[in-house]
Order: sequence, then structure tokens, then C-alpha cells
Amino acid sequence: MIGNLLGVLFDGIAYGSLLFLISIGLSVTMGLMNFVNLAHGAFAMLGGYVCVSLMTRLGVPFLAALPVAFVATALVGMVLERLLYQRLYRASHLDQVLFSIGLTFMAIAAATFVFGPTQQPVSLPEFLRGQVQVLGLDLGAYRLFLIAVVIAITLALGYLIERTRFGAQIRAAVDNPQASAGLGINVNRVFALTFALGSGLAGLGGALGIDVLGLDPTFPIKYMVYFLLVVAVGGAGTIQGPLVAALLLGVFDVAGKYYVPEIGAFVIYALMVVLLILFPAGLYGRRA
Amino acid sequence: MMGDKVTTLLKQTHVQPATLRRLLHDRWQALEVVFWLLPLAAFFLFPDYLVLGSQILIVGLFAVSLDLILGYAGIVSLGHAAFFGIGAYTAGLLAVQGWGEPLSGLLAGGALAALVGYAVSFLVVRGGDLSRLMVTLGIGLMLYEAANKAAFITGGVDGLSGVEMWKLLGLFEFDLYGKTAYLYSLAVLFGCFVMLRRLVNSPFGLSLRGLREGPKRMPAIGAPVRRRQVAIFTVSAAVAGIAGALLAQTTQFVGLDVLGFPRSAELLIMLVLGGAGRLYGALVGAAVFMLAQDYLAGLNPAYWQFWIGLLLVVIVLFARGGIMGGLEVLYARLGRKAK
Amino acid sequence: MTVALRTQGLSKRWGAFQANSDISLSFPVGARHALIGPNGAGKTTFINLLTGVYAPSAGEVFLGEERITDLPQHQRVKRGLTRTFQINTLFPGLTVLESVVLAILERKGMAGLWHKTVASQREESAEAWELLKTLHLERDADTLTRSLPYGKQRLVEIALALATRPKILLLDEPAAGIPAAESAELFSVIAGLPREVTILFIEHDMELVFRFAERITVLVGGRVLTEGTAAQIAVDPRVKEVYLGEAQHG
Repeated sequence: MIGNLLGVLFDGIAYGSLLFLISIGLSVTMGLMNFVNLAHGAFAMLGGYVCVSLMTRLGVPFLAALPVAFVATALVGMVLERLLYQRLYRASHLDQVLFSIGLTFMAIAAATFVFGPTQQPVSLPEFLRGQVQVLGLDLGAYRLFLIAVVIAITLALGYLIERTRFGAQIRAAVDNPQASAGLGINVNRVFALTFALGSGLAGLGGALGIDVLGLDPTFPIKYMVYFLLVVAVGGAGTIQGPLVAALLLGVFDVAGKYYVPEIGAFVIYALMVVLLILFPAGLYGRRA
Repeated sequence: MMGDKVTTLLKQTHVQPATLRRLLHDRWQALEVVFWLLPLAAFFLFPDYLVLGSQILIVGLFAVSLDLILGYAGIVSLGHAAFFGIGAYTAGLLAVQGWGEPLSGLLAGGALAALVGYAVSFLVVRGGDLSRLMVTLGIGLMLYEAANKAAFITGGVDGLSGVEMWKLLGLFEFDLYGKTAYLYSLAVLFGCFVMLRRLVNSPFGLSLRGLREGPKRMPAIGAPVRRRQVAIFTVSAAVAGIAGALLAQTTQFVGLDVLGFPRSAELLIMLVLGGAGRLYGALVGAAVFMLAQDYLAGLNPAYWQFWIGLLLVVIVLFARGGIMGGLEVLYARLGRKAK
Repeated sequence: MTVALRTQGLSKRWGAFQANSDISLSFPVGARHALIGPNGAGKTTFINLLTGVYAPSAGEVFLGEERITDLPQHQRVKRGLTRTFQINTLFPGLTVLESVVLAILERKGMAGLWHKTVASQREESAEAWELLKTLHLERDADTLTRSLPYGKQRLVEIALALATRPKILLLDEPAAGIPAAESAELFSVIAGLPREVTILFIEHDMELVFRFAERITVLVGGRVLTEGTAAQIAVDPRVKEVYLGEAQHG
């Protein structure tokens, strides 16, 4: 029983950390630029497809493909931000939603056209397959790897935000863009770089998550609600909020599907509605 | 008596009658009459396309329901299909259980959707745009999942079949060519539209526009904002439910897709395409979208999705008022040229 | 002397920042009262507390004898407490006439009517027209609010407040951004309001303040520095220091 519970917990945490990795970019976008970007999942999908393409068409090993996925998605993010997204920062949330739905549709159609509608397989390196013995429990090696990567990135992000000048600029711009501009911070550059970073992380998450979340052209729509949930419940503009929310969501989703499979996804949506009733501004939120 | 008082006031204050006339009214314009003759004409001119025609009319009514909350009151919703689906399943299940009377089924669908809409509205009116998006999205997804799992009631992925309808008004049988269905849909659409047209031009309608245009000013002039939002959300849900019930009754089938997110997203696209906040924009958008989809999606579904996505991006960036907005600009320019 | 509006120990804090501290003021019926103070003194916050836009961290607000501290914004308006906004808070997509008619319909509790058109509400439209005439806005009746120049928008801001037939009118820098001639005109409209209407206004233009205010409260750093008649405040050395001191740094 305990073994099962711990196993579910572990899987849930792995799943949640993946969601967190992808959603952190969305949290910053919504908190910083006040932009509701429903197309965020498309960036994760892009990272996944870049990784798969590199592995199957160029024979690049998985671990080497990951950073490329990150960089490629970050670049695409930066280009789209400068060309399109920045025109809509002052627009209504509805306009932003419509715009990002449009982008999502385009991304899905393009992915279907290039890669076909089926799931993409991924061949993980040998040492990441199978189980690892930790404290008497058999834990999936890949999920351990996932958690480790996310922990490392979270720490790096924390360092970036708290200790570097760029991080200070981001924090200032989140707090008060006008005052920041007045202080000489190039807010446009901060926006562009943070959007790129957020998209890149999403792409990395998408690539890492092929084995856990799957990868097919409907990925952005399938998981969109999860990413939004993480940010809405956790509170846009913070790191701790989405982290807690993502872990909660991951654990509840896995537990729900394991213990009460007849209800399945219903649990998550019900949880979301309840949490939003109790915390309209998110768990750690400052902006709703 | 009242007329005397007003006339005196008017004489004293030199009110220009034209100004008062430009306040919200519901006098029928010539173009509107022409507009409503079109579906009637289509009935006689395109007898082979009546099934598609009914679909357009039904989705048009559905789009009008979204315009009420989105175009007029400014409430964003990503889950409006929930009420459409509730209406559809209610009417469908009633018929499957043996009660195939169309009009009562229609009202039942609308009533249940209104009830659920009322309950949900309290969640929706709290919080800002993002919270609304999430709640409406979540409710839609929840309902979809629930309907999926409750396959023993709803038929799940296979859908609900065996929806047999009795004669409409005891006289008109639902025929294979869809004639009865078409005229039935047109009558319901027109009836609802006339009522809603009065509503959006009423003081209540003006206050809805006030909510959309100045949400911070409304409480400062004494408006009970939440009460109004709850009211219009409930009405909107009821109309969506009626549209859903119509679909179930005219196609005699209810698929799970009536509740799905793609339906909610497509509805948003139709409304934006046609132009929100004008009631007629919803109808125009629905018609254009459905016709285009019927023609193009058949050719290549991936292309369809891509171009719709692109169209949406372009509209948001450059043509915010949609088709109706564009026509209005054109009309204004022509009017200026005439002078 | 009946008290129209009264606060007791009203305070508002945001985290570590104390916007209003322990403000206890009392305004009799028919007052012509100005609230002055340097930028950031908490004057708009005070108005937001009075009207219910913010909930106080401490203290109470009384409308006559009634405690309204927990009453939502729109219900305070229904009881006669109306405010204008420092930054135009209007209906950009409605015409001037529509905006004022809406305010009048709300006041009369008719804005829930759904089965009659607005155009058929002749009495309310006539009243709106009257109001527009007093503010010389009649020629802009059919103009969309967003198309109006700033000065005219400011007048619409006042019109909306007047349409609610307030018993207590709180004006937040009503003349901000309007040239002197028009602001004097605006103030004379306000001065022309019935004597029973209690008026509290925030203003920076000292000439207007001394012309129209009978009593003045000075707010500095969220607290009441002093209060008195216009004559008293004009010669108060502390007030001079607050403003002159500011001028020296600014």
C-alpha cells in the first residue's frame, strides 16, 4: 500500500515537475507582459519535434538534442515576440486569447502537415531506461532524471532571478514596467529575452516530456488547460506559485487516474474550479 | 399628460429629434428585412441544402448567445459549448425516453441550460479575465469528461441515437429532406432573435454595454454589476441551450462534440469573424464560417485549420471589427462621399 | 448642524506602506470642503475608502447615522454618495448622451428594463439633454466619448456624477488638465448646485480652492495635518512649509 502510494507520489512529482518546467515561461509571460498566451503549449510541442527530428533524421543522441531544442525554441520565441506578440501587449485579454488560439491552430496544422498525426516515438539512451533502487524503492530512471533536471533548472532560475542584474531587471519590470523604463531599464529587451527564455524552457520541457506526455500535433490543445491551470492557480509572475501548483496538479492527476480511473480527468478540472473559487488571484498570486 | 410634459421640455430645450432617434431603438431597418428574407429565399432556392441550412441557423443562434455575453457585456468565455451540450442532451434524452414533443423539449433544454448557467455565473463573475477564462474552460472540460464517462446515459463517444421526434405542433412531420427542420429552426431563430434584439436595445442592453465599456464606472453610477452579469449569463446560457436542443431534434442525434472545446473555440472564431457586439455579426460570422468549412474542410482538414488560424491572427491584428466592422467603415465612407 | 458624511479612524495600508492613517473627519450637510496636500498624500485613497472602492484596514465610514463601511460601491451611490475620478473613467464606446442616459436610468432603478427600448424613455432622455445643456455639451451628444478632446471628457466625468443626483459629491481633481477659463466655468456649475448638496473636492489649483472652499483639510503623508476655514489655512505656516518646501525640492 505504502509502496503504491509512494510510487504514485513519485510519478506525480515527476509529472508535476515537467508541467512546471513548461509552465514557468507562461507564468512569466502572463505576469510580466500581462499576456494570456494560449499558444504556449505550441512552443513545448516545437521543442519536442526539434528533438525528434534531430534524433531520427540526424542521428543526434538524446542528451545532445535537448539543448538544441531549448535554443531553437527560444529563438523562434524571440522572433515571434518581436514580430507579433509585442503588438498586442496593450490589447484586451480577449484579443490575446483569440490571437494565441489562431497561432495554436496554425502550429497544429503545420505539425500535422510535416510530421503526420501520429504519436512520435523517442528512443531514450540506455542508462535512462529501466528502474533504479532508491531507499528500497524501485523508481523509474527516466523520471528520476526528469526531476533532477528540473531541480537543477529551478535552482539556476532562482539564481538568475535573485542574484543577477538581468534577474533584477525582470523583477523590476514585473513590478512596475513604467517605473523600470524610467530607471533606464530597456523594458522591450527584457520582455524579448524573458519571452525567449520562457519559450526555450517550454521547448526543453516538451522534448524531455515526449516519453511522459507524448508528442503529437494535438499536444498544445491537450495540455493547454494544464499549463493555464498551473499559472492561474499558482499565480502569474512568480516561480514558487506555479511550482507548488504544478506539483499539486501532477500528484492529484496521477493519483486520480490511479485510484479512481472512472472519474479520471474530472478530478483535475473540479480541483481547478475549487481552487479558483478559493483563491481568485492564485495561491501566491498578485495579479488575477 | 406625459406627452405634454415632454413636449414642453423639448420645446424649452430645443432637443433635436434626430438625437433622440439615435438612442437605442428597435425600428426595423430596410437592410434587416432583406437579411431575414434571405434564409426564406434559400428554402425555395436550395432545396437540396436544407440540412446544411438548418445547421447554419442553429449555429447562428448559438453564436448570438455568445455575442450577448462577449460582445455586449464583455464577459470572456472559453466554454460556452457546455450550455449548448446541456440543451442538446436534455432534448435528446427526453426523446429517447419517449417524450418526443419538439417545443416542450426545446424549452426543457433551454431551462436546464439556464439553471446550470445561473449556478456557474456566480463563479464567472468573480475575478478578472484570466480567472473567467479558466473557470469557463474548466466547466466546459469537466462537462465533457462527465458526459464521456457517463456513457450509459449519453452514449459516450458513440453518441446518443434513437432521438425520435413527434410531429411539430402535431401537424408537421420531420421529413428526410429536412424541410420541417429548416423552417422549425428558422422560426425558433427568428423568434429568439426578435426578443434579444429588443433586449440589447433596452435600458438593460445599455447597461450591458456600460459594463463592457466602463467596468470601473458602472458601480460608480450605482449599477449592481454582478446582478447584471449573472442575468445576462443566464439568458445567454438559455439561448445556447435552445440552440443545442434544436440541433438534437433536427439531426436526431447528439454527439459528444457538442460539449467539446473545439466547438467553443470555433464559436469564438465565428463571432470575431462576423464582428462582436452587433447581433447580426454573430449570424454573418456563423454563416460565412459554416459555408467555408463545408467547402474547404472537405478538401483538406489540415489546410482548413491552418487558414482559420491565420485568419484569426490577421483579424485580431488588423481587422478587429470583423466583417460587420468592415462593412460599417465602408458604409461610413460611402456616406461621407455622398455628402 | 447635521453631519452628512463622517469617518472615524479611517486607515489603509498596503503591505508596509500606510496610505491613510487614522483619519477622522466630519462633513456637515451643505459643506463646501476642499482636501489638499502634496502628491502621494493619500487624497485619492481617502476618496476610494469613502466610496467603497477599497476596504479600510481600520476605521469606519458613516453616511449620516448609517454605518456604511461594509457597503458595496453601488449601494453607496444609491444612498446619494457619488464621486468623480481623477483619471477619466468613462464609457469610451458610448456616446455622451447614451452615457448620461444610462446614469439616469440607473438612478431611477430602470436599467433592468429589458422589454422597452432606450429611445422610448423620453423623460430620461429629456433630463439627460437638460444636463448636457448645463455643461454646454449638447453639440457633442452623439459623439462617442473616446472621440472627445480631454477637456470635454472631463465635463462628461462631471455629468455622469451629476446624473446620479448626489446628496454628497466627491470630486477628485475635477479641473485637472483643463485650461483656467474652462475650469472656472466648471466650478461655477458645481457652485450652482443646490445648497443641501455636500461637496468635498480634491484640488491642486489653489486659486480655485480658495475661491470655492469654505473649509479646507490638509492631508500629508496619509494623515490630517490640519483643518480650518479657508482664511485660516491660507496663513497657516505649516501648510506653507509643506507646499513651499515641496517647491524647493521640486
